[in-house]
Amino acid sequence: MTRSRQWVVLSFLLLLLGGLLFAYKVVVLGFPPLPHSTGEQWIIQARLEIHPLEGPVRASLILPSRAPGFMLTDENFISRGFGLTLEEDLFRRQADWAIRRLRESKILYYRATVIRDTLDRRFADTPEFPAAPVLEEPWAAALKDIVEGVRAESADIESFTAEVLDRLNDPAPSENIRLFLSETDSPLERAELVQTLLAGAHIPTLLIHGILLGRDVQNAALKIMLAVHNGDKWLLFDPQTGRPGKPDNFLIWYRGEEELATISGARLEDLQISVKQRMGSALDMAALRTQLKDSLIGRISVLELPVQTQSVYEVLLLVPFGILVIVILRNFVGFTSFGTFAPVLIALAFRETELVKGILLFIMIVSMGLLFRFYLERLRLLLVPRLAAVVTIVVLLMTAISIVSDQIGTETGLSVSLFPMVIISMVIERMSVVWEERGGAKAIREGLGTLAIAALAYLFMSLDILAYWVTVFPEVNLVVLGLIIALGRYTGFRLNELSRFRQLAAGAPKS
Amino acid sequence: MMLGTFGGLRRAGVLGLNCRNGDYTLKYNQRRFYPLVDDKVLCKQRLKERGLPVPDLIAVVEFNRQTSHLEELVGDQREFVIKPANGSGGNGILVITDRKADYFLDSDSKLVLKEDLAHHLTNVIGGLYSLGGQPDVAMIESLVHFDPQFGQLTYHGVPDIRVIVFKGYPVMSMTRLPTRMSHGKANLHQGAIGAGIELANGVTFGGVSGNSLVEIHPDTGHRIAGFTIPNWDRIMSMAAQCYEAVELGYLGVDIVLDRDLGPLILELNARPGLNIQLANRSGLRSRLDAVEALGSRHELPEQRVQWSRRTFGDLRAAPMAAAPA
Repeated sequence: MTRSRQWVVLSFLLLLLGGLLFAYKVVVLGFPPLPHSTGEQWIIQARLEIHPLEGPVRASLILPSRAPGFMLTDENFISRGFGLTLEEDLFRRQADWAIRRLRESKILYYRATVIRDTLDRRFADTPEFPAAPVLEEPWAAALKDIVEGVRAESADIESFTAEVLDRLNDPAPSENIRLFLSETDSPLERAELVQTLLAGAHIPTLLIHGILLGRDVQNAALKIMLAVHNGDKWLLFDPQTGRPGKPDNFLIWYRGEEELATISGARLEDLQISVKQRMGSALDMAALRTQLKDSLIGRISVLELPVQTQSVYEVLLLVPFGILVIVILRNFVGFTSFGTFAPVLIALAFRETELVKGILLFIMIVSMGLLFRFYLERLRLLLVPRLAAVVTIVVLLMTAISIVSDQIGTETGLSVSLFPMVIISMVIERMSVVWEERGGAKAIREGLGTLAIAALAYLFMSLDILAYWVTVFPEVNLVVLGLIIALGRYTGFRLNELSRFRQLAAGAPKS
Repeated sequence: MMLGTFGGLRRAGVLGLNCRNGDYTLKYNQRRFYPLVDDKVLCKQRLKERGLPVPDLIAVVEFNRQTSHLEELVGDQREFVIKPANGSGGNGILVITDRKADYFLDSDSKLVLKEDLAHHLTNVIGGLYSLGGQPDVAMIESLVHFDPQFGQLTYHGVPDIRVIVFKGYPVMSMTRLPTRMSHGKANLHQGAIGAGIELANGVTFGGVSGNSLVEIHPDTGHRIAGFTIPNWDRIMSMAAQCYEAVELGYLGVDIVLDRDLGPLILELNARPGLNIQLANRSGLRSRLDAVEALGSRHELPEQRVQWSRRTFGDLRAAPMAAAPA
């Protein structure tokens, strides 16, 4: 590759890398791309009330685990006096409370916070093909009929399941269907019926129990869904309505045919699941997710730093954006200023003073400094001591402005202390040189040009979204770098050259 | 409208600042050769070694204490020029044209006290006018007495001739005529007039002041166009030879005509300005392209001059012929 084209590749790679990191954080880790976003979170609670019978008491509760679309955090158990152990498999978790002797009724709590996750995880293993159910007549014949009929009207496992559910939900079901329906009345039995019918076609199924996360619910019922494996992945169906797919806010609690809670040595008086909805900062939730996933890329964020350091980087990471403005204004528009990057530093000071006050303070300090500088010229000081004198005068001026403004009772003058004094001194020095060599008009014009660039850089850097991006997505600076490199190879005309050379353009024949 | 101008400039083969920096100076001027032109003392030395004529060096002032012994520095010279060795754009140049018992006179016949002179020297040494603000040295060289033939085209100062030399081929040239506005300095952005010169025969045509076209010198009232630069053959040859001397591919050569000594090379510039295009009323780009199209031919300076005069002498008649489509 020739050296002259390397910049294209480098710039492109930087843009791509920055963009990919940004996209990864937004899409996979769920960092909100815009500031002030909020997201839902839920506090779920299972409440078990048990009444002792005799002997040692054991209470087991199946806990939510590996739920696609959600993540669990802040889990806790309230169960004074009980010993607690957790059994954990990939797809199943269970809490076991145990106590040797229980004298009175007791309430056990399990509580957890649920946040959304961006990953759609697998929630069960790939199953074996089930054996065909062994039924008596007339059910065996009816099953055979139904399976054959449905198979004729479907193409694959997904459509087969949909067709079975359709037939079950038909307001005027066929005789065969009616034969099966007559024996089901609970949702569980209904789901098991579908399992039986699908097993007739050797389709693996799994019962899924979960809750719908929505508004606050005191006594949420477990909802049963049916998972059907199509040889590749699990598909969810609602056995009641026949609707395919997982509802967006369905939290899978557990799978299989067990009971949610099993008790020995006591009687389960009451089992309630409640859901409370809370709104929270989407950013906090993303940070939580990152922590839970232990994602390295997610940790590339200023938010991971100690707070004091954070505030420093919030400013530092904005500087490249200010510099990008300068590159554009100088190489595309043709602005000139005192000092290449002085306007960015002045713009940073404007962040503390606000724009209008900042400009007024800047003009005040520079014009007073210039007056002193003109006087110093007469003393014929050598260069470095003269610069030192100007810096000292600038510091004194800043102090004076602060004190006077404090006496008057306004706070405006106090923020002047954040002006970069050395930079301002250099501006004063160069301005005075230009003043003497090219005249006051030119000096003032260049001074105002510096101020104008600073103001534009400030306005750009104070965009809310930039401040948010640089802290949450510091990689946007890779994009800035890519842009700066690309702009560095812009060899076309600057806007001011259009007027500078316009006579030459006028002479060119139109093509 | 703006896009129209954009396209117009492109068709006219105008060279913009970004393009000059990106496609010419960065590409053809190797960083290691820059000191040879940026440091005027070094440059003068190098040109002298090569047998190219330059104004005499009277003294180099390196230390502040030297400034209080002016007599030792300038001897009995009545006229001289003080320049920052690493200055740019004509900043910090002080021209002394006469000397009295206690004071000097500058080119505007203004009084310059000894202390003023010493202060100017310390400013120069301190780096006030140098490119990066680094400490510098002041160079005192003998004053050029411009050729009286130029008298009708200048006001209180020395007109000079700028030749852009690309890969050793002179590509464009102009003369810079000091005016009252430029305080006798031959710098376009200080108000001097630039007038294009035909490479083929050294004849000037109308000039520019700032960005506007002028036909008449505002201070002398003479027509700018139609003036034949004396010693044109010699000037072209000297400019072309500078390429071998400093090895910079894109070079501005500033030449003055001395009454007694003939053409002298005043200084070289590794980042010559773009106003020469206005003075010539045509863009540089097409000419640079023509030289690039030659590839790397190894020709002697005289051959290169011949090629340039032949090629660009005609270009003015039909300046668009070689413009990129």
